[in-house]
Amino acid sequence: MIRDVSVKRKHRTSLLAKFRKHWQLHVLALPVLVYLLIFSYAPMFGVVLAFERYSIAKGFFGSPWQGLENFEFMFATQNAWRITRNTVLYNIAFICVNTTLSILLALILNEMYIKRLSKAVQTLLIMPYFLSMSIVAIVVWGFIGPKGAVTSILLKILGRPASTDLYTYTPLWPFLLVLISAWKGVGYTAIVYVASISGISGEYYEAAVLDGASKLQQARYITLPHLKHIIVIMLILSMGGMFRGDMGLNYNVTQHRGELYPVIDIIDTYVYNALKVQRNTGMAAAAGLYQSVVGFVLIILSNKIVRRVDEESALY
Amino acid sequence: MARDKSDGSSFEKINRIKPGTNLLFSVVMSVLAVLTVLPVLLVFIISITSSDSLAHRSFSFFPESTSFIAYQGLFKTGSRLLDSYIITVEVTALHTVLSVLIMTMYAYVLAQQRFGGRKFYTFVVFFTMLFSGGLVPSYIINVNVLHMYDSFWILLLSGMVGTFNIIVLRTFITTTIPIELFDAAQIDGASDFTVFFRIVLPLSKAGLATIGLFVLVGKWNEWFTGILYIENPKLTPLQTMLTRIQQKLDYITQNSSYASSPDGLQMLKNMPSEQTRMAIVVITTMPVLFAYPFFQRYFIRGMTIGSVKG
Repeated sequence: MIRDVSVKRKHRTSLLAKFRKHWQLHVLALPVLVYLLIFSYAPMFGVVLAFERYSIAKGFFGSPWQGLENFEFMFATQNAWRITRNTVLYNIAFICVNTTLSILLALILNEMYIKRLSKAVQTLLIMPYFLSMSIVAIVVWGFIGPKGAVTSILLKILGRPASTDLYTYTPLWPFLLVLISAWKGVGYTAIVYVASISGISGEYYEAAVLDGASKLQQARYITLPHLKHIIVIMLILSMGGMFRGDMGLNYNVTQHRGELYPVIDIIDTYVYNALKVQRNTGMAAAAGLYQSVVGFVLIILSNKIVRRVDEESALY
Repeated sequence: MARDKSDGSSFEKINRIKPGTNLLFSVVMSVLAVLTVLPVLLVFIISITSSDSLAHRSFSFFPESTSFIAYQGLFKTGSRLLDSYIITVEVTALHTVLSVLIMTMYAYVLAQQRFGGRKFYTFVVFFTMLFSGGLVPSYIINVNVLHMYDSFWILLLSGMVGTFNIIVLRTFITTTIPIELFDAAQIDGASDFTVFFRIVLPLSKAGLATIGLFVLVGKWNEWFTGILYIENPKLTPLQTMLTRIQQKLDYITQNSSYASSPDGLQMLKNMPSEQTRMAIVVITTMPVLFAYPFFQRYFIRGMTIGSVKG
């Protein structure tokens, strides 16, 4: 017993000594630590909102308990299925289209041997990456709004009455959102790949040429394998985000028109509407918790899979 | 850069694609590049289209007549625009400086290989990447506990710490500053503060610039925080203001009965004209669009560093 206490005390003093020795490091870490405690960790405990009927007066832990009622309400309607399907399908489409296109563009940009032209093209391709979704929404409106440049051409071709509103035409939007996402993101990702390709040692290519490898074979057996690591990292990150949508695309760009909701409603827009429009905090929190928990499971799973396949590429 | 130098080497010349292929690639990529920027060009053209041509024609790349009247009236009539511009500049500048400073301080701590607390601090920041409480608890805390609804503070503080940015900064510090430099400084009796402010900050200028630009553009382009938390026009950031105007306009145009009611007519009257809205878009985007070609390499470096696991 006596020994135990002394060991403990020794441990404690050594901890204190350690702290004293490095107190300046702790001070340097403090601002971010406090920030994360308030803005990241406190909300994690705030997920209890999903299980109660929240009232401001009673606060987080005083509001009446409701059990799983909020979840039952959400899953009883078609909404849960609809928002899950839309969120996941959009993400899959974005990942497939954007990854394929940006690798393709990177390979081409890298082979163009007038480097100035290649650089100029890169600078233009990256431009939409710097636009905010508010701007993108207005640009899209400029094309397909009531007075839009595309709308007027369509009207001429189809001869439809002027009241036709593309913002109510559901079949268009899934394709349009994938197109906008590609327009906005592909150039940037492609240039990141170009940067990684230029980091590959020239010796590999020299050896391949000596062995008579064609350009396509070089791309297939040297360039792509070298890009594997960065591609896999990006894929895991997007796998983990499979349950997270983009409010910019599905809310702002679509003008969140009611008619479009069957094809644009995602978990994020659902949470936002439940919180700000219907003012049903419990239901919004339930949908949000569903999103967080599945997202957590997905990122853990995808990282496990990657560790098994290729330990180097794992996130942790 | 190194790539440009090797352009002249004989191997690069041997291992080139055929001239015909190069021509095809050049043409296709140039067309693609032009198509990429065309949509933004349309917005600019609408902003300088005269009201006459807009009144009876749709938007077009080739307007009948042009006028810069939208730009002339912009800052005179729209003091709301001026307010928004000022608040956006203030928030963006202050946010960027604070964000980069505290994240670099934290990244320096994570870079200390021999510091026992490193594991704890790494976990704290890494876990936020795996799990988040989500929008609703954050909203309730920010509004009902911290009372930041409609305040400058929510604009300044939201999104100040990014896990990805901290990881990039840590990787930057560990890969560019040799550990011997830390050892030497420690032997000379320098404290962690001295090492951080005198050695780490000056030596990681390039890393700070990279992350700083990401944070800057991100904050400048942020619209959703304003939509969630801000009502006061004096505090409404530019992007939020644009989204609000667009939403109102869309609401009016899809409810024709509302548009012809006295309320609706009044609202339409107060709405900025099409050209004015597009002019606001142009002056909101211009700072970023003119600046990014000069900083392009920093953005690319940020992404490539980030993909390296430290």
